[in-house]
Amino acid sequence: MKQDVPPPYTAVTRHAVFPNPTHDEAARYDFLTALNKYLSGSIGPGNKLAYETRVLPKFRAEQGRDPKDRFEIRHAMNKDPWHRFWSALKRNSMEMRQQNGRAITLRQIEELAAKVRQFNEGRDTLRLDASVPVPRYQAAVDIHCMPGSYHGEEFPGDFSAGANYDSGLFATTAGGLGALSDGGGQALVEWIRKERPGWIPKRILDLGCTVGHNVVPLALAFPDTEVIAIDTAAAVLRYAHARAQSLGATNIRFVQMDAEDMAAFPDGHFDWVQTTMYLHELSGKSLPNIIEEAARVLAPAGLMFHLEQPQYTDEMPLYEQFIRDWDAFNNNEPFWSAMHAMDLKEIMAEKGLPRDRQFVTGVRAVVDREIFPEAAAAAEEDHGRAAVWNAYGAWKPEA
Amino acid sequence: MNIEDVDWIARAGAKPKGKRPDFLNDPALDRMLSILMAVAGEVSVIRQRLDTVERLLDRKGSITRADIDAYVPDKDAADQRGLMAKEYVARIMRGVQQDMEAMQAVERPVEDISVDLRDG
Repeated sequence: MKQDVPPPYTAVTRHAVFPNPTHDEAARYDFLTALNKYLSGSIGPGNKLAYETRVLPKFRAEQGRDPKDRFEIRHAMNKDPWHRFWSALKRNSMEMRQQNGRAITLRQIEELAAKVRQFNEGRDTLRLDASVPVPRYQAAVDIHCMPGSYHGEEFPGDFSAGANYDSGLFATTAGGLGALSDGGGQALVEWIRKERPGWIPKRILDLGCTVGHNVVPLALAFPDTEVIAIDTAAAVLRYAHARAQSLGATNIRFVQMDAEDMAAFPDGHFDWVQTTMYLHELSGKSLPNIIEEAARVLAPAGLMFHLEQPQYTDEMPLYEQFIRDWDAFNNNEPFWSAMHAMDLKEIMAEKGLPRDRQFVTGVRAVVDREIFPEAAAAAEEDHGRAAVWNAYGAWKPEA
Repeated sequence: MNIEDVDWIARAGAKPKGKRPDFLNDPALDRMLSILMAVAGEVSVIRQRLDTVERLLDRKGSITRADIDAYVPDKDAADQRGLMAKEYVARIMRGVQQDMEAMQAVERPVEDISVDLRDG
């Protein structure tokens, strides 16, 4: 039979500030890619088997009813030896990815710093503001077991958090996001060109841009558009700016700013405000505030667009909600579970984007299919890392 | 700290903030698994390095360390190496996979079957 084999790490694009792996460091990522695919694809279905053959029957015998939510399933599954071992393997794989990425980055930190400096020094397209605090939801735990999260600094002016993040994306997604791990951003470009052929936004705002991998394709597709990308973490912004410049996306300004307070921008300033895989890393309090601020700075008839994994609905089986929640509790994504149960449509409606102006659409990563594989079938999907998303969006009413 | 003072070996393995879940029944088991998986990863790295050396020797007859780091497999070589890693992972995970298969059917102890066969 034809075996499904992911692309090697050497297929990653080494842009000018990319942390260059040695032979063995690349091979280490190749092992982790093979391991991740095995855990989510080959034996991922073992979790459902454990649930159906013993966890659910035991729950019914003890409680005289079915589990009422994904949390009850999780508590029951966390007693199952097979699920526990699978979770332990998966957690180790996440931790090993972080260690490899940090080793690659920190080993060559001085060389990388010289390259980053070339792209950052004296440019007004990078605006840092040390008075922006680390939000509570970012300080609580290190998101996806990334030591130091997005904001950690090993030395003044550090950018290694961004470099490490960029380094590992290709391996954890098994190349599903393409050579620059920008398949999400490419998908946005493809989507808007179909949705609004010929539309050229005057200004685009990207919230929580991290290393800018999803905003660079937009900036390149709309070279005359003024693009602003904000994040609270200076460590990723320094890297994002150098990365974008090295890729020729010189029309992006990277600004250190908290999306809850965008007083620097007037009302209706942007034609397009968007996030990619960002809302699930916030908190119950900050998310509605951010949607409100985003709606305020959005121009009448402008586009708000959020790329996320599908929300949990009553139609989604509880087991699927449980397995989609794995990263929340085992890979330091503490808001993942609550966010996916929020009514985003209602929140957007409350903040001035009424339901009749809203849409939800499926989006797949746009990548070079010669080299990179199609996203896995639903049954084998690695939910925290899959290259398929739902877009939750709205066109703001005309004045 | 200055950039030249960053101990990259120590800092590569920094602990992420956030309590680690207890996955297995004994903390020592969790730690043994971390070590075992890291070693499993290194064996895979050595296998790939050996494969690189063999391919370069096939092509050129003699090689340098720089050749090894610069090596980029073509599509066929990448597929073969990807398959090698896939097969390797499947082999080391055999026990976990067989435990999964064991959940598909209720099996009686072989000792019971042995008694059945003796008597029937």
